[in-house]
Amino acid sequence: MNSTKSIPDHIQKIDNDLLKLERAKRNYSFLSIGIVILVCYLGISVSENSNAGSFARGISSFFDYPVDIISEAYQSGFSFYGLIIKYIPVLIETINMAVFSTTVGFIGGLIFSIFSARNLIKNPTVIFWVRRLMDVCRAFPELVIALLFLYLMGKSALPAVIAISIHTAGALGKLFSEAVENCDMKQIEGLESVGAKWIMRVRFGIIPQVFPILLSYTLLRLEINVRASTILGFVGAGGIGEILSKNIQWKYGADICAVILILVLTITAIDYLSRYFRGILIGDGKKGLGFGAKILPGKNE
Amino acid sequence: MSDVSIPLRDRIYQDNIHVFETASKKAKQTGIIFTVVVLYFLFAFFSLGVDKIAEKWNPERASFLALDIYAHKDHFKMPWKKTENKLQITLEGNLRQEYKVTPEWAEKSDDNKWTVTFKNGGKVDAYYFPDNPLAGYAVMYDFPGVEEIFTFRINEDKRPYVEGYEDRVEELPGFIRQTKNKLEVRPSLFSRIQFTKSKIEIHRFSRGWKYFWFDNNGPLDGYSLFGALSKIFSGDRIVEEMSNAKLIWVEFTENELWQHGKAWYALLETIIMAFMGTLIAMLVGFPLAFLAAYNITPLAGVRFAVRRLFDFLRGIDFLVWSLIFLRAFGPGPFTGIFAIAFTDTGTLGKLMSEAIENTEKNQKEGVESTGANKTLQNRFGIIPQILPVFISQSLYYLESNTRGAVIIGAMGAGGIGLQFLGALQTGTDFENVAYYTVLVVSVVIAMDMFSAWLRKKLIVPFGQFG
Repeated sequence: MNSTKSIPDHIQKIDNDLLKLERAKRNYSFLSIGIVILVCYLGISVSENSNAGSFARGISSFFDYPVDIISEAYQSGFSFYGLIIKYIPVLIETINMAVFSTTVGFIGGLIFSIFSARNLIKNPTVIFWVRRLMDVCRAFPELVIALLFLYLMGKSALPAVIAISIHTAGALGKLFSEAVENCDMKQIEGLESVGAKWIMRVRFGIIPQVFPILLSYTLLRLEINVRASTILGFVGAGGIGEILSKNIQWKYGADICAVILILVLTITAIDYLSRYFRGILIGDGKKGLGFGAKILPGKNE
Repeated sequence: MSDVSIPLRDRIYQDNIHVFETASKKAKQTGIIFTVVVLYFLFAFFSLGVDKIAEKWNPERASFLALDIYAHKDHFKMPWKKTENKLQITLEGNLRQEYKVTPEWAEKSDDNKWTVTFKNGGKVDAYYFPDNPLAGYAVMYDFPGVEEIFTFRINEDKRPYVEGYEDRVEELPGFIRQTKNKLEVRPSLFSRIQFTKSKIEIHRFSRGWKYFWFDNNGPLDGYSLFGALSKIFSGDRIVEEMSNAKLIWVEFTENELWQHGKAWYALLETIIMAFMGTLIAMLVGFPLAFLAAYNITPLAGVRFAVRRLFDFLRGIDFLVWSLIFLRAFGPGPFTGIFAIAFTDTGTLGKLMSEAIENTEKNQKEGVESTGANKTLQNRFGIIPQILPVFISQSLYYLESNTRGAVIIGAMGAGGIGLQFLGALQTGTDFENVAYYTVLVVSVVIAMDMFSAWLRKKLIVPFGQFG
């Protein structure tokens, strides 16, 4: 009846809704950009206030330290290789710390995950408390636990092992429980139908399904834990971290350089190895999966 | 029946021989791997000294730490020489926290005698003689569960001893420890007496964190939190210079014992380190990720360079980065910010470049078909696909960087990590250690919840990742 109105009503309505949505989206974007800018401003002003040196001076002297230690390493000439060999044993200690505590954390996380999976445990109280326990284990930074245990047990690798194990158990437990909850329940039902007990159902119904995923998470964690055990060495837990901290105090440039070099090489090697094995475990062998594998958009998802 | 079943079993075996062979091969492999793992585990167990866990455990320190976390102690310190001038009744032995008014549990009950009463009814009388310091002695009585009355004295060799036990030190009850120069008496968990030739020190523990809200040097000493807060609404000022609300704020933040203002500022620094570090990593890593993805950048050289840059940034751990930045910027948030930013530019960049390579090319082609140029193709064909991953990953990193910032802080960059380390290294202020731990853990949990909430808010509307 109206010749100017060429668009039907319902289309017009959709158009309006779309416009409204777009406006809302734009507002949200501006709002979040505004918040980010505000926080940045606050952050920079706080940092400028409480930093010992200023930003500008820091930038200009950024290369001083690396240049210093590298030139010292260069001057030491051929004996630099001797230094690298000298520090291999402490490196192995650090790796041992990481591997051992990852294993303990893996076992702990497995237990946590089974007792906090809704499809395996029917008692909601148990699930609730196991989850809270897991949260607590995860929330404590390794350093805090390690420092407390260092005070209680004296300087040794043990506090670091305990600290990393506790944190790893909490962190892995959370990831594991998600994997366990997403399990296919048909296999459990099958086992139940032949009269398998609960522990049998878990062993033969759940574990084979999730084991590759669990292992891949654990490898990821191992990589993080190697870094963590180095850092804990810094506060007195032994291993290569402690050697590095001593060398820094004594200002042995060549030694610092050697330690950093083997540290970087090790971390990179473990990174690649874990990537490779994760690729094998998850099946997509040719491409590494990156950190949060489960939320990466795969083509098949 | 059995005659039939055996050939059947054999037949099944013959027909499916590959299944059985694979299974037994797999079982063998698993057995070998399992043995190797167990052997290594045992080796690491002993080489790391995990078996010595009981030896290394220091129960005394542990109980001291546990006690100090939930209780505070009052010190009563009385030197035998010049007693009248040198007597100190303080909180936690801190001279700045000396009681101006003698508390009711300590009284001068006689000319040369002080009596300290414990919460459980136990009493200690300390006698001093200004003319003859070595004649000072103490009597301990009325402790529940302790029938005997013990008297502590100093002998001619200036060694402390328990009267009646001079020749049979080994028969002293377990709570009295006599060493050459000191008597250490702990009749209950909440009481401790240290008796030496020069002084007697009595520690009287009580539950709770004392002066948590207001310290005892300010005008609000003695007020409870709610008592003080209710003063906001009453007209009369407690001090002339400022309003009650401001006074409460000032007294709270400048609490000498707990240093709330300082601790919270340190906490803010830590959060800023994590936030700014992650933000910089996001802003730098995101565009670089495009340069490293093969479906965006055709130049293999550029891709290779950017990828090696990512590996380099990631491989040098944030520990090493923070050492380098500590030299450049000095202790402070910049060190933490840049250490986090450098490491995470590598990780986020690598992750995002992989995400970009995993995107569907249909969307991009669709945009291309409308005549859009390269930039627009990426903007509307690629970014909407990877944005949810990018945001959720960044939020994961923000969360874990909060923990990382605490650690960098303890290594010298400042913030709550350094406060924590400082309080722990005093070896006495464990209530502060506990306070900082509570702060750290609640911030980590809050960040965790915040990022989960934001992730849910931001990601669900895209309808891709539940």
